[in-house]
Amino acid sequence: MPKHIQLTESGRLKHFLTIEGLDKALLTEILDTAESFTGVSEHQIKKVPLLRGKTIVNLFFENSTRTRTTFELAATRLSADVLTVNIATSATAKGESLLDTIRNLEAMHVDMFVVRHALSGAAHFIAEHTAPHISVINAGDGQHAHPTQAMLDMFTIRQHKKQFDGLKVAIVGDILHSRVARSQILALNTLGVAEVRVIAPKTLLPARVEHMGVIALQDMREGLKDVDVVIMLRLQKERMNSAFLPSESEFFNCYGLTEEQLHYAKPDVIVMHPGPINRGVEIASSVADGERSVILQQVSNGVAVRMAVMTMVLGGYGGAA
Amino acid sequence: MPINSLDLENLLDTLESDIRRSIKERKLDNPLLIGIHSGGAWIAQHLHSRLQLAGPLGLMDITFYRDDFSQIGMHPNVKSSQLPPQLEGRNIILVDDVFYTGRTIRAALNEIFDYGRPNQVLLAVLIERNGRQIPLQPDCRGVRIELPEGQRIKLTGPQPLRIEIQTLACAA
Repeated sequence: MPKHIQLTESGRLKHFLTIEGLDKALLTEILDTAESFTGVSEHQIKKVPLLRGKTIVNLFFENSTRTRTTFELAATRLSADVLTVNIATSATAKGESLLDTIRNLEAMHVDMFVVRHALSGAAHFIAEHTAPHISVINAGDGQHAHPTQAMLDMFTIRQHKKQFDGLKVAIVGDILHSRVARSQILALNTLGVAEVRVIAPKTLLPARVEHMGVIALQDMREGLKDVDVVIMLRLQKERMNSAFLPSESEFFNCYGLTEEQLHYAKPDVIVMHPGPINRGVEIASSVADGERSVILQQVSNGVAVRMAVMTMVLGGYGGAA
Repeated sequence: MPINSLDLENLLDTLESDIRRSIKERKLDNPLLIGIHSGGAWIAQHLHSRLQLAGPLGLMDITFYRDDFSQIGMHPNVKSSQLPPQLEGRNIILVDDVFYTGRTIRAALNEIFDYGRPNQVLLAVLIERNGRQIPLQPDCRGVRIELPEGQRIKLTGPQPLRIEIQTLACAA
């Protein structure tokens, strides 16, 4: 039996559900493979035939235009056939169970599910119950994980900082509700950064967050001091079932990233945001559009990283590697 | 020719003269030389200099176009192809170090046609060996040799450029 559901017996990637349990070598392989794919988008014909004949189904139980589009583009650029199931009008909305929906799609000979779901563990559940030849990629599940987003963030950091050793990274904002932050923290620590700081009011920090290998701070100036990378997070109001904040304006005053706050970081700091941005809530427009911002590069890198992950999980590895 | 007497300079001389003859016979105006990573690229660099071609050298990594992806997966660190954006109507001299099964060339042709429809493609290889599996063959060659099953020929380089015969037991 494989020691980890994500890996084959030979240690190759079979599913991509979480960063947890993956080692530095495998994460680096994802980044290196993504690097290889960056040129494809610049070709006149933006396609390579690696996944020709494969069928990839996007199962988006939760809306996300950006993530869904980059997964579709990635699959298309690998020459796979890709279809997106509109869950709002699908059989699950008519009462069919998730597993019955999966069984029906399996019967149509699909090769991969890309799953986004509001419930933590949904992608893992599908990976456990789907046919052995099918791979599952988690495109975000509840408050649990968003591993491809984390890897495209790592890819963007590596593009600018060349290596992870010695880097200080600050993640700012709604850590509590952020699956992206969880995956980022795991990836940053696995790749060997010197320090990961999380900066947020106590109400937006998970209990015992320090156990994740981070330094928790409530003060922006202290938190941003000498950091190489600042990752801002969106306030996930849709996940807040009670009052976590006095007001958005007060949050911006204390935790919003402005030009002034950025002066506490290193001069060559880069500013990231997984999007969508709430301008004037967690980040000032001048910073989001400023020279330190790599937010749009993150979006571009999303396609290459997803191409890499899709290729690796469907890569076979049946023979000599 | 005995395998142990393969001399690189002699093979390059033969290949160069074979290509010059083919350029003349097939009237290849302003040909674009494309080397296939990695051995083919090294040979193409030598030929580009010897033939004194005007345009830049094209380089190609066929990893994305291999037909054995589902068996062996993909290695990271693929070198991106460096080709002109338009290959439409161009005369191309495609260069590889060793021609064996023909599958590498099939992959290279698929990639070339993704950039456009060339006028003519001339295939030039330093060494052609037995073992062809698909109906493709070189137009120009430095030498053709027979290798027993279980042996392969490999070019190492780029400095120094050397030809090695390996047995599959240690090469696999």
